[in-house]
Amino acid sequence: MKTINLTEQTVRDLNQALHDQAIECTEREWEVLEPKGQHNIACGLDQNLSVDIKGPTGYYCAGMNKKAHVTIHGNAGQGVAENMMSGTVRVKGDASQAAGATAHGGLLVIEGNAAARCGISMKGVDIVVKGNVGHMSCFMGQAGSLVVCGDAGDALGDSLYETHIYVKGEVKSLGADCIQKEMREEHIEELTELLNRAGVDEDPVAFKRYGSARQLYNFKVDNTSAY
Amino acid sequence: MCGIVGLYLKNKALESQLGALFEPMLIAMTDRGPDSAGFAIYGDEVADDSIKLTLRHADENYDWAALAEKAQIELNTGVEWFKNSKVAVFKIQTSAAIAEAFVARVAPDLLILSAGQSIEILKEVGLPVNIAETFNLKGMKGSHIIGHTRMATESAVTMEGSHPFSTGMDLCLVHNGSLSNHNRLREELKREGIVFETENDSEVAAGYLTWRLQQGDSLNEALTSSLKDLDGFFTFTIGTRDGFAVMRDPIACKPAVMAETDDYVAMASEYQALTTLPGIENARIWEPEPATIYVWERNSQEGAK
Repeated sequence: MKTINLTEQTVRDLNQALHDQAIECTEREWEVLEPKGQHNIACGLDQNLSVDIKGPTGYYCAGMNKKAHVTIHGNAGQGVAENMMSGTVRVKGDASQAAGATAHGGLLVIEGNAAARCGISMKGVDIVVKGNVGHMSCFMGQAGSLVVCGDAGDALGDSLYETHIYVKGEVKSLGADCIQKEMREEHIEELTELLNRAGVDEDPVAFKRYGSARQLYNFKVDNTSAY
Repeated sequence: MCGIVGLYLKNKALESQLGALFEPMLIAMTDRGPDSAGFAIYGDEVADDSIKLTLRHADENYDWAALAEKAQIELNTGVEWFKNSKVAVFKIQTSAAIAEAFVARVAPDLLILSAGQSIEILKEVGLPVNIAETFNLKGMKGSHIIGHTRMATESAVTMEGSHPFSTGMDLCLVHNGSLSNHNRLREELKREGIVFETENDSEVAAGYLTWRLQQGDSLNEALTSSLKDLDGFFTFTIGTRDGFAVMRDPIACKPAVMAETDDYVAMASEYQALTTLPGIENARIWEPEPATIYVWERNSQEGAK
C-alpha cells in the first residue's frame, strides 16, 4: 500500500501518481492522509485502484471516476463523484450539495446525509444514501437509481426522465412531473440488489417508488411537429 | 465568489486567542476572495453611556490626536482612542447620534466604518494575508468575529466595496453571492433615508437590514423579510453585539458549513477554513439548511433556528 500525506505533498502530486497507474499499474492500494478539505482529491482516476482518504474532502472529490474504488473516511464537499463513469465512491460521513451530479455509471454510497441537489442530472449512476437528501435532489435525472433511506427535501425528482427513485422516509414535496408509483416485483428486486451492493441493511418493502409522470413538454409526441 | 468565516467563542478562556484562531480561517478563504478582505471583531466593550466608533481616513498619517482633542473640548467629555493602520477606534462618552454628528461636522472626509458598544470593523483592499498582517489580527482579543474575503462581481474593488458592511449599532453583514434586484431596491431604500457609499449589491442587503431594524423589526424579523424582498443568491453572516447569525437563501447555491464544539461555534464557506480550529476532528459539523435563520448569542448558548 502506498501512503500520501497531503500536508507533505500536493493534490496535484497525488492525482498525477494516481493517473500514472492508468498507464502502468504498479500499486493497487492507496491511502491519503490529512486531506483537510482540499478540493479535487483523487479526480479523474482510470484504473482499478482502492483509494482510502482518511478525513474530510473539499469539492469534486473522486470526480470523473472510472473503475477505481474510493472511500472518504469523513465528510465530502460539493460535487463528490460528479460525472463518475464507473467504480465505487463511498462517503462515510455527510456529502455536501450536488453529490453524484451528472454521473454516468458506478455506485455512490453516502453513509450520512446528502445536501441539496443530490444526483442532479444523473445519467446512469446508482446512488444510495443512508441518511436524508436535500432539496431538488435528482433534478432532471435521466437514468440510474437514487435510493434514500431517510427523508427527501423539497422538489424531489423535478423534471425527471428515467431515473428510478426509492425513498423510505418522508418526501417533503415532489418536483414538477414527479409522482409516486407502484412498487412492483421488479422494483423490489432492483432495490434489493442496490441495497446489497451498497452494503445497507434495510427492508426494500419499506420503500416507496417515485418516477416521471412523463407529462412535460419533452414527452409529448405532438411537439415533434415543432421541428 | 467570495469567502465568509465566523467564530464565536463559548469558552471565555479562549478570548485572548480569538485573533490567532481566526487569522488562518480568513487566510484559508483567499482562493475564494483574493481582492479585498475585512473583519468585524467584538469585545472590549464600552459602557452603555459611551460609544465606540471605528473611523478611517485614506491618509495613514491623519492627525487622530487633534481629532480626539477637538472631541474632548467640543463634546466636553472623555475620549479614548487608538490607531491601527488607516483606522482609529474612538471611545467617546456620549451617544451615538452626538458622536456621529460631531464626526460628520468636523471631519467630513472620515468614513465611519462601525458604531456600537463592542464592534470594530477593519477592512482593506488586498490579499487576506496582508490585511491580517496590516491590522495585526493574530494579536486581537474578543468574544466573536466574522470576516470576508472578496472576489468582486457587482462593483469595483475598493475599500468601500469590501465587507463587512455596518447595518446599525453593533451590527454588520458579510455576504457571499450576488443580488439581482439591488439597483431598484437601492432606490427604494434611498427614499427611506438610507445612505449608500457604493454601487455594491451587498451594501444594499446591509442597507435593507438597517432599514428594517430602524422600523422596529427584530433581527429575526428583518432576516425573514429579506428572504422575500432580496432577489438573488446569498449566504449571509450577521455579526451582533452578543454573537452571530447565519442565513442562506432558499435555493442555497452558495456554500456554508458550520462546526460546533464545547468551546466554539464556527462557520465558513468551506470546510478548509475550519481545519486549524482546535478539536475540529470531533466537532459537530453540518450545513445550514436553506431559508433558515441560525443564531448563536451569549445567554442563549444553543443554536436557535
